[in-house]
Amino acid sequence: MTGDPPVRGMNGATSSGTGMAETRTAAPQPRLKASPACPAIEVASLVKRYPKSSGNAVDGISFTVGRARIFGLLGPNGAGKTTVVGMLTTRVRPTSGVARVAGIDVAARPAAARAAVGVVPQRNNLDRSLSIRQNLLFHAAYHAVPRAGAARRAERLLDAFGLAGRAGDKPDLFSGGQSQRVMIARALMHDPVVLFLDEPSTGLDPAARLFTWDRIRELRDQGTTVLLTTHDMDEAEALADQVGIIDHGQLLAHDSPQALVRSLPAGASLDVTVTGPAGLAAALAVLPGAERAETAAPLPGGPATGRPHEPMRYHVRFRLPAGSDPGTLIPAVAAAVSRYGGRLHQAVTATPSLEDVFLQLTGRTLR
Amino acid sequence: MTASTATLRPTPATTGLGSSWNRSAQAFLAILHRDLHVTRRELPAFLTQVVLQPLFLLFVFGKVLTELGYTRPGYTSVLFPGIVALTAFVTALQGIALPLSVEFSFTGDVQDRLQAPLPTSLVAVEKLLFSTLRALAAAAIMFPLGILVLGVIPWRGEGLPMAIAILTLAALNGSATGLILGTLATANRISLVFALVLTPLLFTGCSQYPWQSLAQLPWFQVITACNPLTYASEGLRTALSPQIPHLPGWACVLALTGWSLLLGAAGIRGFLRRALD
Repeated sequence: MTGDPPVRGMNGATSSGTGMAETRTAAPQPRLKASPACPAIEVASLVKRYPKSSGNAVDGISFTVGRARIFGLLGPNGAGKTTVVGMLTTRVRPTSGVARVAGIDVAARPAAARAAVGVVPQRNNLDRSLSIRQNLLFHAAYHAVPRAGAARRAERLLDAFGLAGRAGDKPDLFSGGQSQRVMIARALMHDPVVLFLDEPSTGLDPAARLFTWDRIRELRDQGTTVLLTTHDMDEAEALADQVGIIDHGQLLAHDSPQALVRSLPAGASLDVTVTGPAGLAAALAVLPGAERAETAAPLPGGPATGRPHEPMRYHVRFRLPAGSDPGTLIPAVAAAVSRYGGRLHQAVTATPSLEDVFLQLTGRTLR
Repeated sequence: MTASTATLRPTPATTGLGSSWNRSAQAFLAILHRDLHVTRRELPAFLTQVVLQPLFLLFVFGKVLTELGYTRPGYTSVLFPGIVALTAFVTALQGIALPLSVEFSFTGDVQDRLQAPLPTSLVAVEKLLFSTLRALAAAAIMFPLGILVLGVIPWRGEGLPMAIAILTLAALNGSATGLILGTLATANRISLVFALVLTPLLFTGCSQYPWQSLAQLPWFQVITACNPLTYASEGLRTALSPQIPHLPGWACVLALTGWSLLLGAAGIRGFLRRALD
């Protein structure tokens, strides 16, 4: 294979190589063509056990990611996310199971698989002996991208990542966000089928984070598959077409963020704070539209006078059936409050998020 | 997003087909090119690193001690081939061990090359090849330098092929030893490893004395026989100053070849162990 990863711009018959080594390794089983028909990533029963470790770092994970998708691998630190990425990018050798990128078995043909993947690690690993532009150009040369095309491509990528003015600088002088942009640009030099980003938002300021998110979405829109790991719910929810929730080396759920949230048994909720007589609390407790209402113990609602029927302050949480909008309950609450001559201080709606999905699946919060 | 569509995924970089062998070869050459590029830019630093130590060794042992009458007049023909062999070996070792240890432990610079589409062992082979080339350049510099310091150096035109063969094998041995040390030691322990390994290697390698003269110190002769550098020093004496009693040339080539294969295999194994989990 000269140049690019096997897939792009080639028909199905054009596989990732015609070399002897490949023919030999592929002989026993029907050969998987690295054609656009293959999913970008296929993982089946993948296991990694590190030597001298008591348990499996990755414990039988299976999932598939289609072309031009953003897949977010969500889980706490130490869940096995980086090990999964390590195996898919050939740096970590699987203990058992199968992992394919663009149809190429990463364990059987690691060198061929490397042509199909771009890797942006957590840590800055830019070549410190080279300038930014040379980092990009030598990366292209390792991947046999023809020189003239590589030079043009480097200029455009440097431009797109806001690095044009710094192309001649050494990476030592760069901030974390800048280094990451260089590493993404570098990884794109050989136009990989799948771009892997390990914790892309860690240590970035909000502006840099949004910049990276925009570039990731553009890449997806242009046909590149992106797999990113994150322990940030918001990032997964904002960015990913599909989310895999991983904990203790196991994939607990795998779906679109919306579907994962819909699958929760609990729906949305509405939290209100009111002051008024005990009758108001009783009326709210049976408000139609809510599945159930949880009323916290009342607190004194105003200056204490010692008279009976003293208005009290109540916190009520309404649980709604899955799929209904908590905002629709607010008029009914307001009507009840005015009927009893009370006051509505606060109404906060809460829709379930991936955070709740994670809580539901693991019994603990991610943060 | 149309504008950036063209920007983020510019011209398809693909051209035609090739075999995986072809792809590996291209990646290998590109990595070698990268190393040559970096070294070319750091040439003054490179020369200072490699030349200074042997220069002083030659000056003190070959010039000063001889002029003061502490060594016999013919000593330079013992010393010079030994120092050139030493230069080849040590330059190769240091050129690979220290940078590699830092790359694996701290900077991760090597990762992008490990991600290139070629077998990981070939990245290690490239390191061996490059370090060997660098060491041969350093050994070559020793000849004009020797003339400068000593006035006359042992030289035989007909010994040149042998000298090249021996120096290449010496450099390869040094590179392989460097590969082992660089992958074995983490960066914070590399100076200890250097002290423990490099110093004994330097002084038991027959660079400063011919092996056969050690007959009076049989235990030391046995120790030196275990050091590949001994065969490099002796082999180069065969080529440049054969009048000095030395080990036969074929035995030196054989021993160095054996050591190269052994150390090279161990070094590549160590490299794979560090590069892949």
